Amino acid sequence: MRNPGTMRIPGPPPHTPPVYRLWWYAMRLFVALVCIFLLAPILAIVPISFSSGSFLTYPLPGFSLQWYAEVFEPRPWMFALKNSLIVGSGATVLATTLGTLAALGLAKGNLPGRSAVNAFLISPMIVPLVITAVGVYFFFARIGLNASYPGLILGHTALAVPFVVITVTATLEGFDTNLIRAGQSLGAGPLRVFRRITLPLIAPGVASGAIFAFAISFDEVVVTVFLAGPAQRTLPRQMFDGIRENISPAILAVATLLVLVALALMVTIGLLKRRSDRLRGLHG
Amino acid sequence: MPPLPALRLRVYVMGRAMTVAVVQPGGLAEESRALKRALKRVERRRRLRAIGLIGPLFLFLAVVFALPIVLMLHRAVDNPEVVTHLPRTTEAIQGWEGDGTPGEPAFAALGQDLNEAFYARRLAEPARRLNYEITGFRSMIMATSRKLPRGEAPESWKRTFLDIDPAWSEPRYWQAIKDTAQPYTLHYLLAALDLRMTSDGGVVAAPKEQAIYRGLFGRTLWMAFVITAASLLMGYPLAYLMVNGGKATRGVLLIFVLLPFWTSLLVRTSAWVVLLQQEGLVNQALQWIGAIDDPVQLIYNRFGVYVGMVHILLPFMVMPIYAVMRGVPASHVQAAASLGATPFTAFRRVYLPQTVSGVGAGCLLVFILSVGFYITPALLGSPRDQMVSYFIAYYTNQTLNWGMASALGVILLAAILLLYAVFSRMLGLGRPRLA
Amino acid sequence: MFDQIGWRAAVAALAVSALGFAGQATARDLTVVSWGGSYQDAQREVYFEPFKEATGTSLLEDSYNGGLAKIRSMVQTGTVTWDVVQVEAPELIRGCQQGLFEFIPWDKMGDRGNFIDGAATDCGVGTIVWAVALAYNTENVDGTPAGWADFWDVEKFPGKRGLRKGAKFNLEIALMADGVPADRVYEVLATDEGVDRAFNKLDELKPHMQWWEAGAQPPEWLASGDVVMSSAYNGRITAAQKEGQPFKIAWDGQVYAIDSWVIVRGSPKMDEAVEFIRYASQPENQAGLPKAIPYGPTHVAAIEEVPEDVRPDLPTAPQNLENALRNDTEFWIDREESLDERFNSWIAQ
Repeated sequence: MRNPGTMRIPGPPPHTPPVYRLWWYAMRLFVALVCIFLLAPILAIVPISFSSGSFLTYPLPGFSLQWYAEVFEPRPWMFALKNSLIVGSGATVLATTLGTLAALGLAKGNLPGRSAVNAFLISPMIVPLVITAVGVYFFFARIGLNASYPGLILGHTALAVPFVVITVTATLEGFDTNLIRAGQSLGAGPLRVFRRITLPLIAPGVASGAIFAFAISFDEVVVTVFLAGPAQRTLPRQMFDGIRENISPAILAVATLLVLVALALMVTIGLLKRRSDRLRGLHG
Repeated sequence: MPPLPALRLRVYVMGRAMTVAVVQPGGLAEESRALKRALKRVERRRRLRAIGLIGPLFLFLAVVFALPIVLMLHRAVDNPEVVTHLPRTTEAIQGWEGDGTPGEPAFAALGQDLNEAFYARRLAEPARRLNYEITGFRSMIMATSRKLPRGEAPESWKRTFLDIDPAWSEPRYWQAIKDTAQPYTLHYLLAALDLRMTSDGGVVAAPKEQAIYRGLFGRTLWMAFVITAASLLMGYPLAYLMVNGGKATRGVLLIFVLLPFWTSLLVRTSAWVVLLQQEGLVNQALQWIGAIDDPVQLIYNRFGVYVGMVHILLPFMVMPIYAVMRGVPASHVQAAASLGATPFTAFRRVYLPQTVSGVGAGCLLVFILSVGFYITPALLGSPRDQMVSYFIAYYTNQTLNWGMASALGVILLAAILLLYAVFSRMLGLGRPRLA
Repeated sequence: MFDQIGWRAAVAALAVSALGFAGQATARDLTVVSWGGSYQDAQREVYFEPFKEATGTSLLEDSYNGGLAKIRSMVQTGTVTWDVVQVEAPELIRGCQQGLFEFIPWDKMGDRGNFIDGAATDCGVGTIVWAVALAYNTENVDGTPAGWADFWDVEKFPGKRGLRKGAKFNLEIALMADGVPADRVYEVLATDEGVDRAFNKLDELKPHMQWWEAGAQPPEWLASGDVVMSSAYNGRITAAQKEGQPFKIAWDGQVYAIDSWVIVRGSPKMDEAVEFIRYASQPENQAGLPKAIPYGPTHVAAIEEVPEDVRPDLPTAPQNLENALRNDTEFWIDREESLDERFNSWIAQ
């Protein structure tokens, strides 16, 4: 899908009047500044996490791994990580299962009120988190699910599900239904068709959805603030308190590790997308 | 004419072969009806299957997401405190017309109710509810309750009350009790719009010191607008270069956009705290280049909130614009140029209009997300930079005024759904995508 | 991407583990809640860890910044996740009256007469005597601020100020800054004019304020230069001094008070909670705390155990009590909620 004419030699196009040349450079400078704005803060915290002092200012007094040692202490960080992983994996399984099934259903088309149903399924993305959080908090209080892992998993699942629906739906678009017909005409049953044809084709999309779901849960703090008790305190919840009260370099050490996680997620999603495009016969 | 061979129509549905019709010459009408029926059956089965697939998620969200929100909306009009905890008073006050101090029966009812609730340690709720009507009423109720005689009823409850606090003779307190002794109320919803109901059922503006919510909604919308505008200003050129800047540029820029997108919101927020604090890198840099002499305050104010939120929301602006720009053929601009348009004109008349849908989608997304933001303003802003979400959380967790939290939630939700419905239709947005 | 068996096995394993963890949710540890930072570090060393060791009870910590809201919402929603909480004196009385706390079984706790005045109540057992006082960083302040009047003097001592977010303490401090002597503060504050006067005084300083909520914030901000002076919990400042920070406390106009342990009503860990409070109220255990952080004990026998070198840092040291104000519980019981409301709308404007 490459645009013709996107290949350019660095430098403004030849034979342009000076005002455009100036404009050409100005825009690139501006975008470079935007890029610095986007990435610099994330990079700036990395060195401080290796500081031997406890202040968050440069220049650093020296190099030390003490803050990483603190992060790997059982309390509070490893405890929070454990909770995050429990809740994250629970929410991922639930959201991926429910979301994939629903996306398959939506793809069948000719459903009455399909766009309304679709809008409903992705509405947790649009409703402000605080409203969802407060509503679920009151509701779970009635049925005794507050301050429990299942409650937190259900809450996170609701927030994560739209991302699964959207990702899997995107994979199903341009899905060659002839493959399914071919399978059926060869006598395969519905389950068999699903397992042998549909699933392998949408697997990259499902995996992307699962990664999105996990990332949503792993980074969720608003619903967690309301639903989690001290025993379910997650990583973002722990960070939230720290940032609000006093940021120690230990938080920046956690942050640095989380940037690595982000990097891994980003790369995985990129690879999955490429694979999905190839399976569907698209070329990017 | 030789007889036509019978035609069998076999349809494969989900791997099951079925004969839907045997078309025989002569009975065509009959057969076509059979065919229609069969197709309908297939169609219905397909539909059922679709419903069966969507059903679990639909039910899940209905129970875990929609029902809680509906129940919360109910709280915005629910008014159980006085009715439940002061039952005798609720009954006794109904006959009182609002003129002068009520008689002994009302005082006796209140005396018994207060004693009972105080001893059961359940007085806090009605006292808090009444305090929303008249500030200071709670203290008056709690202080009076502590001093009321226990055990035997006094000769005159009225005298007892007036001895403890002469304010009990003022009709406005009794009016407040009467007004709140209803199972449902519009108090919270009106208060969220800086209105209040008078005793005779009219609606008037709330007193100035309580009228803070319209300002709050205005502030929220204004901040969302500024953030959207700033994101657009920064995101459009970025997306433009991603598409038109060559393949290598695109790869690099994608990383610049995607890495922040995948990085935890709290990581980015804490990064800004580190950068913008009094002795942070930004202040150090500004002092070093001589732009300022003393550190300036960049955080715990509006500026800090804007910086943090634009940083978080910028990828949501870039993605939709980028997706749309990729579909704009470069040949259009080249054609315009070859027809003599200057690059500016070509951009303005040919390129820009074709990217409007992406801009619209990005702006809508960023605007809606920022209207509901809570964490970033809470961490980077001062009390004066908080948006509606903060107050919903504040009323839920800090003052436990759940009616007010719900009322603010109702209005915020209504505003967002309206905004989304109107603009998504206007922009003709399809289903959202994740880049 | 997934071969069939591996795929099924993975889903099954995840589902089983999710269910397994869900099962854990029902049983939880005794949860003790204090005020975080260096104070809670000291408590951990003096109370929590030895208690765990002595009784074999597993104990989970949490921290908060005061107020009854969280406890009330736990009791109202029936989700009691805290068991033992350290609360301030007005909150103790209000929460007790409003049914947020269990009554203390004093028969198991020992003689009420062993505790100082105000430390043995129906719902709480006093644990420390602490103060809010003026603290400053000597490196960022030219001269010696002597009291709250200097705190308000932004000409003489330029720079940002920190005060605790909330009405309590600040109204008293504002009146003292406005020239009201400590012993007349509550008399003035009892009138509407007095409250207005305090808010007007706070208005003067509003553009220079940075409000703190957690006790760990003032020393942090003083060290980083975010503020040059702040009200602060006295123990945190001394703790930071020990770590080499050039901080000083101006004791003039300090406001001191008693904090107590309470048990949240409906706690499923009632027995362990009582056991913990009993442990933390033994004179020999209480006597350990001032060595770690200078807050005064509440058990009469423990007060005598406080080492000589710590005594001058306590809020109750005679030289620190000149022009000191004892926080008036009676005043705040009835007024804290309405004054906090006023304070919060004032601060948001």
